[in-house]
Amino acid sequence: MSGLDLDCALVERTLTGFIEEELGKFGFTRAVLGLSGGIDSTVSAYIATRALGAESVTGLIMPYRTSNPESRADAELAAGELGIETLVVDISPMVEAYFEGRPDASKERRGNKMARERMTILYDHSMALRAMVVGTSNKTEIMLGYTTLWGDMASAVNPIGDLYKCQVRALARHMGVPAAIIGKAPSADLWSGQTDEGELGFSYDDADRTLYELIDRRRDCESLIADGFDEQLVRRIYRMIRDSQYKRRMPVIAKLSHRSVDRDFRYSRDWGR
Amino acid sequence: MPFTIRLAQISPVLGDVQANLDRHLELISQAESDGMDLIVFPEMSLCGYHVRDLAAEVALRRDSAELGALATAAKATSAVVGFVEELPGFELCVAAGYFEGGGLLHVHHKVYLPTYGMFDEQRYFANGSRVRAFESRLAPMGLLVCEDIWHPSTAMIAAHDGAQVLVVIANSPARGPHEGTWDTEQAYDGMLRAYAGLFGCYVVFVNRVGYEDGVHFWGGSRVVSPDGEALAQAPLTEEAQVDTTIDPSAVRRARIATPLLADENLDLTIRELTRIRDERTRP
Repeated sequence: MSGLDLDCALVERTLTGFIEEELGKFGFTRAVLGLSGGIDSTVSAYIATRALGAESVTGLIMPYRTSNPESRADAELAAGELGIETLVVDISPMVEAYFEGRPDASKERRGNKMARERMTILYDHSMALRAMVVGTSNKTEIMLGYTTLWGDMASAVNPIGDLYKCQVRALARHMGVPAAIIGKAPSADLWSGQTDEGELGFSYDDADRTLYELIDRRRDCESLIADGFDEQLVRRIYRMIRDSQYKRRMPVIAKLSHRSVDRDFRYSRDWGR
Repeated sequence: MPFTIRLAQISPVLGDVQANLDRHLELISQAESDGMDLIVFPEMSLCGYHVRDLAAEVALRRDSAELGALATAAKATSAVVGFVEELPGFELCVAAGYFEGGGLLHVHHKVYLPTYGMFDEQRYFANGSRVRAFESRLAPMGLLVCEDIWHPSTAMIAAHDGAQVLVVIANSPARGPHEGTWDTEQAYDGMLRAYAGLFGCYVVFVNRVGYEDGVHFWGGSRVVSPDGEALAQAPLTEEAQVDTTIDPSAVRRARIATPLLADENLDLTIRELTRIRDERTRP
């Protein structure tokens, strides 16, 4: 896995600089992010706090009725270590009000609704606190599409979106994230007993190794299989990348004029900054 | 005569030429007060890197007030500045300008515009069509921009055309954080040292810092002597100004000790390259 090994000190320095500059350019000094108690949001919180200072970061803890109580305890543990403010918003009333007349809704629909409920709360606090929303999605889940569109994927700036899960783990160790958070099984915690690896059917380490070869090293499936990678795994991951491409793009706009957004009207977001 | 040089490793504002110009004028004036002979800014230092559709808006004509202001400022202290130039036929080029004695002495247009991976420069800009050395009051110079030096022919032409100091300005994005530095920095370090040694010249490298839409520019500006030694090196990531002295007599010593340029068989090189080109284009 040597190609996946990064210099964590340099990564930390680059990502804290990224948060400081990309917020500062837009006149923001504060950040808000969802704290799930998992490793991704904890690492994002550590980066934001090192960049902006504890007094400038707010962690939102947004449990649902069925959320594992340990998740909230871990979120509070991380916030306590960092000395950042936390706000707890229970999303059960909103989610249940919506599904009251829809008793047949699948657990996936409920999970997506929870993720999007949390997104609207984060963006409300963005305005209330004059704070930019910091993202918590890692490269593995973005590439696999293992996320909720406009839900947990939504943010203004994402410091960890180019780090695979194993790299987030290494950075977490480097930055002193509590071992309990690093060691536990990753879970979206949308329903009881859910774990990422259980749901995906493969381990993050296998996914990371495969994604790294396919994406970063531009290898093709055949050459990986020839090298001894599991054929089913490689083909499945390739399909997941292809089938989730829509999640990594802005909505498709039907072209009519001579100049349409992002096709022939091309400007950087940091225009004038 | 030895001369002093300042590497201005800055982070320009994307698309705000006036704000960047003000900063340049301030830093040139400061360099003059500090007795510097030359100050070097990074590629596209007047406009930032990812200008995209802003290219036409930030482009400057040769007779623009902005270039005029830089020329006026660069009197006692010469300056290398990066900008987008609009040519009389309305082509837009990535330009490096050498200002000296109140005028614009030399302009190099970036010859190689990367259009692969994360880059799409050819979409917005026209390629430069020449590499020329030029005489400055300080030394015979060559000017190149970023991707130009990934093609060793550019440095070779500049050196054979007489350049003793090769100034390379860049906007190099950081990729691959490994073992205390970036893979990109390692690649540049190898090239800069190799050119200094192979062509017996000083290599001045100035790269920007800062972030644009999440892309980080790593800095690490430096001067490499003809012996391949880094005389001055700016830090990674941070804005910095680093000063050093260039002694043209070191070029003489290097070229006499190791006369690689003198020994170069230009006839053979040109003949073989001509043959290769002809064979490729033969129907």
